[in-house]
Amino acid sequence: MNPTRLIIVAVGGQGNLLASKVIGESALLADVPVRMSEIHGMAQRGGVVESSIVFGTARSTIISDGEADVLVGFEPSETLRALNKCNSNTVVITNLAPLPPFTVAVGSGIYPDLDVLQSLIKAKTANLIALDAEALAIEAGNVLSVNMVLLGALIQTGKIPLSSETVKEAIKTKTKKAFVELNLKAFELGFSAASQLG
Amino acid sequence: MHKLLAANPGQKMLLLGNEAIARGAIESGVAVATTYPGTPSSEISLNFFQISQESDLYFEYSTNEKVALEVAAAAANSGVRSMCVMKHVGMNVAADALMTLAYLGVKGGLVILTADDPFMFSSQNEQDNRYYSKLAGLPMLEPSSAQEAKDMVAFAFDLSEKLQQPVIYRTTTRINHSTEVVVLGDIQTPITQGDFIKDPFNYVTVPAVSRNLHVKLLEKLETAETISETSEYNFFSGDGPWGIVCNGVSYNYVSDAVKDLDIAHKVKIFRVGFSHPMPRVLIKDFLKECEKVLVVEEGEPFMEETIKAFAQEEGLTLPINGKRNDLFSRLYEYNPALVRQCLATYFDVTCKPAAGVNLSDVPEIPQRPPSLCAGCSHRATFYAVNKATEGMETICPTDIGCYTLGFMPPLSAGDFLICMGASVGTSCGFSKVTDKKVISFIGDSTFFHSGIPGLINAVFNNHNFTLVILDNGITAMTGHQHHPGVDMKALSMEGYAHVSIEEIVKAVGVPHVSVIRPYRVKKSIESIKEALNFKGVSVVISKEGCTLFAKALKKPRGRSFFVSEKCKDHRDCINELACPAFFIEDNRVKIDPALCSGCTVCAQICPEHAILPLKDDA
Ligand code: SF4
Ligand code: SF4
Repeated sequence: MNPTRLIIVAVGGQGNLLASKVIGESALLADVPVRMSEIHGMAQRGGVVESSIVFGTARSTIISDGEADVLVGFEPSETLRALNKCNSNTVVITNLAPLPPFTVAVGSGIYPDLDVLQSLIKAKTANLIALDAEALAIEAGNVLSVNMVLLGALIQTGKIPLSSETVKEAIKTKTKKAFVELNLKAFELGFSAASQLG
Repeated sequence: MHKLLAANPGQKMLLLGNEAIARGAIESGVAVATTYPGTPSSEISLNFFQISQESDLYFEYSTNEKVALEVAAAAANSGVRSMCVMKHVGMNVAADALMTLAYLGVKGGLVILTADDPFMFSSQNEQDNRYYSKLAGLPMLEPSSAQEAKDMVAFAFDLSEKLQQPVIYRTTTRINHSTEVVVLGDIQTPITQGDFIKDPFNYVTVPAVSRNLHVKLLEKLETAETISETSEYNFFSGDGPWGIVCNGVSYNYVSDAVKDLDIAHKVKIFRVGFSHPMPRVLIKDFLKECEKVLVVEEGEPFMEETIKAFAQEEGLTLPINGKRNDLFSRLYEYNPALVRQCLATYFDVTCKPAAGVNLSDVPEIPQRPPSLCAGCSHRATFYAVNKATEGMETICPTDIGCYTLGFMPPLSAGDFLICMGASVGTSCGFSKVTDKKVISFIGDSTFFHSGIPGLINAVFNNHNFTLVILDNGITAMTGHQHHPGVDMKALSMEGYAHVSIEEIVKAVGVPHVSVIRPYRVKKSIESIKEALNFKGVSVVISKEGCTLFAKALKKPRGRSFFVSEKCKDHRDCINELACPAFFIEDNRVKIDPALCSGCTVCAQICPEHAILPLKDDA
């Protein structure tokens, strides 16, 4: 099985480690070989969290620049920052709800314009699926389910070797009981939003 | 039940490398585990800690790595299987014990885990701890995957008991923090009670004894080499003329690169997992069958140098390379594309360059550096220090913890940092040879770890500086582990005492000691000023719990604040305090109520008194 390489970038606290965990558990359920790696140092102090997930026969757990098949960004400026991981065949999925870093507040940086950001990513990659995952998460019942919304959108693209059923099964068994319903709803909302965009 | 205890043999589980290591230790019947927390090793001890709550495992967060190793060394010399876990720089602290423990050896298995951090994701240097195995004369193992990380622990314990020597188990961040599917093995019941048999002529390392013990150490090292020759962890694959020797994560990158470059038929790969002593005969035989050899290892040319020496012994002249300007660097961690490129260069095969995108027209993206949490007590302390030292020329040695982040503008509190505890020692030096006011910072856990000897030195030699101890009641940086100053009763944990920082500071004779509550801004500034005016050693203990930990414990927090109409846009709050709960909207300062912890500091410093508590706190 040829490797498929997925990068997820997020800001600490956005729950991308849970998203990665659900993906990993789904792969285990479906017997798809998977290897993942994450850098989560200082995540809780507002830094960037990056997970790489490699499906298939590769041994490496990290992904070099230009070699991601899919990039999922939980925050638009972080998606743009991770463009170095992409190539012209990469499919990019991004949340459009910004979380400006503090450097913007103190005036040492300018937050990129969202339209410019989208057209840049579109021009350089195979496909961009951009959605307001925060709004959908709120619609699902909890702003913290942004991770499940984006997971739904990711699965909809069919770019990673996991079915919607398997992932839902993993959400049921591997996320906290009290949140399962909400997580599934968020997943569905992300899934259908992506199918309308795709 | 803890997931690592509940899982059955044969079960497949998705495990983080560090979880796999912890499970490996449990499967091996580890009975004593000690550590001082440090990334990237922290999750191993976190799992041990949790498991110890519901099993016979004895686990402790020791005050520092040296103590941790001493505790484990004694347990192992009483016949009990023990493991000591630390990050790479912790090994420097433990090295004093390590070097002579290697002479003594052990009875029960002792595995010493060092988690190296190439690229310094969360460390002050990227030293290559493989050299400790050479320096101490101890066997060393290095896994390449999570499965191997688990399995190798069992092998390490057996090896340790066979050789009666501690075994160094070396990982790198990418092993610790990679997640893979792992097949579990049987759990061995730990033997928790041991006995120490007196044998002073083998245990008390006076010169006459050590002279004999060193002979024994070398003999054990020779035995270790014969085991290394036949170890399943040193293995070959392929039979082409080009040789590649690799270890740890590099093996993964090499495996993928060989496939991508379609050169599998041309290469022979030697994966070294038992990497000290290196399997001399195996390597020599390998070299004899190769036209040229590339050594792929992150960090220093540890294997490369040894392999070159082996070639010299055999009179072999084939090219052997690794670290070279056009090949591998000693810097940072490697990645698949880099290894692929170096293989292509060395073996002269074509490699299509990575297909990246052109980034030249991407606008500069604002940086997102980690910062002290909203409402972090350290920010309040640094603010007070900055106010108290206004107009003074200062030098601020700092130390290792969350508060290191205070060195960033606008707080800019932190001028010099070497290692754990060095804030105090370096303060002595700076104050002796400069005219500037020296005011230094150390956290509570770091103070216990290695700050105390420096402070005693300062008192005895009558140095002149102010030490601020940032006491937030927990080891925050590595994920909120406890330390001797933590109020364990408040955490509903039995069986611990409490050590008071204030009493220690007074007991060592610091002539000027004050305690501040950093959220009381004015008072804090006054107390710090007083301390600064004192000639001699003064200590300010700044006491306030870690906000993030309070959140994790679901403690009630203060009301969130908001910026009212009275705001005249001085922006002192942003320019001098820079709490990340602030943001700018429509050119006005605002506070994100979800982030604000209600520490009240910004409200106290606003010259217009424009920052007010929200009436109805959501
Ligand atoms: S974890 Fe605690 S000590 Fe560390 S920055 Fe956050 S509040 Fe401050
Ligand atoms: S009260 Fe002010 S300084 Fe404290 S957390 Fe809230 S916004 Fe930040």
